[in-house]
Amino acid sequence: MNEEEAQDIMEHKDLFVSGHRACQGCGMALAVRHVLKATGNDIIVVTPTGCLETFTSPGSYSPWMVPWIHHLFENGPSVASGIAAALKAQKRDSTRVLVIGGDGATFDIGFGALSGMLERGDDVLYICVDNGAYMNTGGQRSGATPTYAATTTDPPGSQSLGKIQKKKDLPAIAAAHGVPYVATASVAYIKDLQKKVKKAMSYRGARYIQIDTPCPSVWGVASDRTLEVARLGVESGLVPLFQMEDGRITGVRKLKKRLPVEEYLKTQGRFKHLFEKGKGMEEIGEIQAIADENIEKYRLLVIRGGKDGS
Amino acid sequence: MKLVAGGVVKGGTSLDYKTGSWRDQRPVIRLELCTQCGRCEMVCPDSAVHYVEDVYVIDVDYCKGCGLCAYECQSEAIEMVKEEK
Amino acid sequence: MSQVMVMEGSEAVAMAVKGSRPQVIASYPISPQTHIVERLAGMLADGEMDVQYLKVESEFSAASAVSGASAAGSRAYTASSSQGLLLMTEVLYASAGLRLPFVMTGVNRTVSAPISIQVDHQDTMSLRDSGVIQLFVESTQEAYDTHIAAFKVAEDPHILLPVMVCMDGWILTHSYERVAMIEQEKIDRFLPPFKPANFLDPLNPKTWGSIGEENVLMELRYSIQRAMELGKSRIKEVFSELAEITGRDHGGLIEAYKTEGAEIILVAMGSMAGTIKAAVNALRSKGEKVGLVKIRCFRPFPYEDIWNAIKGARAVAVIDANLSMGSEGAVCMDLKAKLYGKTNAPAVIDVIAGLGGREVNEATIQDIVEKAKESLHSDYSLKEPYWAGLNEAIVP
Repeated sequence: MNEEEAQDIMEHKDLFVSGHRACQGCGMALAVRHVLKATGNDIIVVTPTGCLETFTSPGSYSPWMVPWIHHLFENGPSVASGIAAALKAQKRDSTRVLVIGGDGATFDIGFGALSGMLERGDDVLYICVDNGAYMNTGGQRSGATPTYAATTTDPPGSQSLGKIQKKKDLPAIAAAHGVPYVATASVAYIKDLQKKVKKAMSYRGARYIQIDTPCPSVWGVASDRTLEVARLGVESGLVPLFQMEDGRITGVRKLKKRLPVEEYLKTQGRFKHLFEKGKGMEEIGEIQAIADENIEKYRLLVIRGGKDGS
Repeated sequence: MKLVAGGVVKGGTSLDYKTGSWRDQRPVIRLELCTQCGRCEMVCPDSAVHYVEDVYVIDVDYCKGCGLCAYECQSEAIEMVKEEK
Repeated sequence: MSQVMVMEGSEAVAMAVKGSRPQVIASYPISPQTHIVERLAGMLADGEMDVQYLKVESEFSAASAVSGASAAGSRAYTASSSQGLLLMTEVLYASAGLRLPFVMTGVNRTVSAPISIQVDHQDTMSLRDSGVIQLFVESTQEAYDTHIAAFKVAEDPHILLPVMVCMDGWILTHSYERVAMIEQEKIDRFLPPFKPANFLDPLNPKTWGSIGEENVLMELRYSIQRAMELGKSRIKEVFSELAEITGRDHGGLIEAYKTEGAEIILVAMGSMAGTIKAAVNALRSKGEKVGLVKIRCFRPFPYEDIWNAIKGARAVAVIDANLSMGSEGAVCMDLKAKLYGKTNAPAVIDVIAGLGGREVNEATIQDIVEKAKESLHSDYSLKEPYWAGLNEAIVP
């Protein structure tokens, strides 16, 4: 990198610069850009294997203007715990540690390590950029895949309509560890995302933020609809946005009205099997029930006249 | 050039890879409609929109042509135009 | 004043680690390594150590945590055994590949199945391809001294690899021996603080662990091979330097014990070497020309030093407390590979002994020496390794 380019970066203040190999319209890339804007540069980032790792480290081309390490798939949290311990031992108090990893690493293979880190309360902010499948390898099912979404290992067919299990409630699991800060965010609401990252950084100890980051390539939406589909997810209640501090909900993004889940599902290729020849009516109903449950649990609807608005 | 032990590389080197070659359509900002809200700059996953000398410009070296800036622009000031080959 | 105390082997290791001033320790329990990490925890609790101690939820995380700590520029230590070492396999390959130095104790214990907590070398052998430096010790004193040397080896700017000090479970970790400690000032002079050239630093942002493309991966692997090859002389230097300070010379990459004029030479590693030395002494007193090559550094494999020690012998019996199933013992395989083509090389037989804690005593050694002598007869044809003490009647 020459001086002119260095000057360029200083002006743009982007700690996640251009030239990375993310797909057009990648929700994850956009989210990471803004996470780093919120944290500033006095951080160390650990990324487990996945989309983010692959598109930001092809050989000698790296967009990371912060120190960054990719070790393995299932040990992001443990490597981060080790780094945090080293910083403490070296009395480098201002430098903070983040893990930014996908849902495959977070919900599945690295789940044990995540739990250990949360339980120990190591001073690490874990950010899950959640696109609901193992996208780096083409879109296989993960514990974060939403119900009835098509994936390559749980494809719809004559005997199947995609994943039958519910999405693992990782924010609740994180909160159950008794950590000071847990939040969900969406790439559709960037200022909210930045606020939550900043709030998380104001705490010490283990913290968890889960960001809904659509993958237009595999979800089957046009590359310019990433934020639109993310918004629909939030508005339907399927992607509740909330913040918990010390186990209590201290912020919820209210919905002005209930958007039927169909409006969200029908925009995506990964749910199109639910709309074929009226096959998926019952399943859409089940998905609506999940949204309704979220709306009730997190009190997402703005209350008018004492009754839940509908 | 000699590698570094462990394959460690310098950060920021992705700027040497011009992802602009990926696109088949390019955003064009109609400055007369632009209200300078900054939303295009905010929503670009590739940091390819910059505020330079009081206007918003597209960094054609890196713009992949995803169209998010055009879709998200609330003044409809950005149009996606097919790239001439 | 250098203190000599009677202590448990695990305690000696803990004292060596304490003296080496790690900044981060990660621990997970598994027999027979647990006493080491417990003793370290006890010292921390009593304010005798200034260290960040992570009690992690698996060995995978233990190895990962010390890797992260090393990448951030801190001296780090962990320990494990058997199943725990196998679980660390992926991490050790990755950390060697990323050139992250740290020290760990590999307390030797066999691997499942069947499950057993008894000693053999199968666990650390399973990691011999990973790029981790492997040192073996015969006694508690050697364990204490070698751990301190291990940090210096690992952190050497031309090496930068994890170093595993392998010591036999129970036999060394749980027995009590007299151990001489080294004064802290002497350790501090021998082992200055860890100051890596590259570490995770916001003021100099670097990217670790990027994809190694086809045009660079072979070169990066080669650099590890070369670090190990060149490391051989550096490891010897470090051992000499420490021997100078302590007055105790355990040897270089090998210890050649009574190999001058030996016709039969045994090759072995670990605490078994002590038993073999006693057997060699007894045989020598009866006029038998036998000797022992004790391998102290298994990876990198010290083939030049071994060759120099064995080349005059007529027969060599390599005693492997491990087995690469479907082939033969790992030490023998390495040794034979390097002997191939050498003029007048001794005959070599592989002996599998001591698996799963099976006792290896002087009688076992005498039996092995006899087997080695048999191998010199023209009609000798052993198709597979010789399994010392095998009870064929119960083999299913």
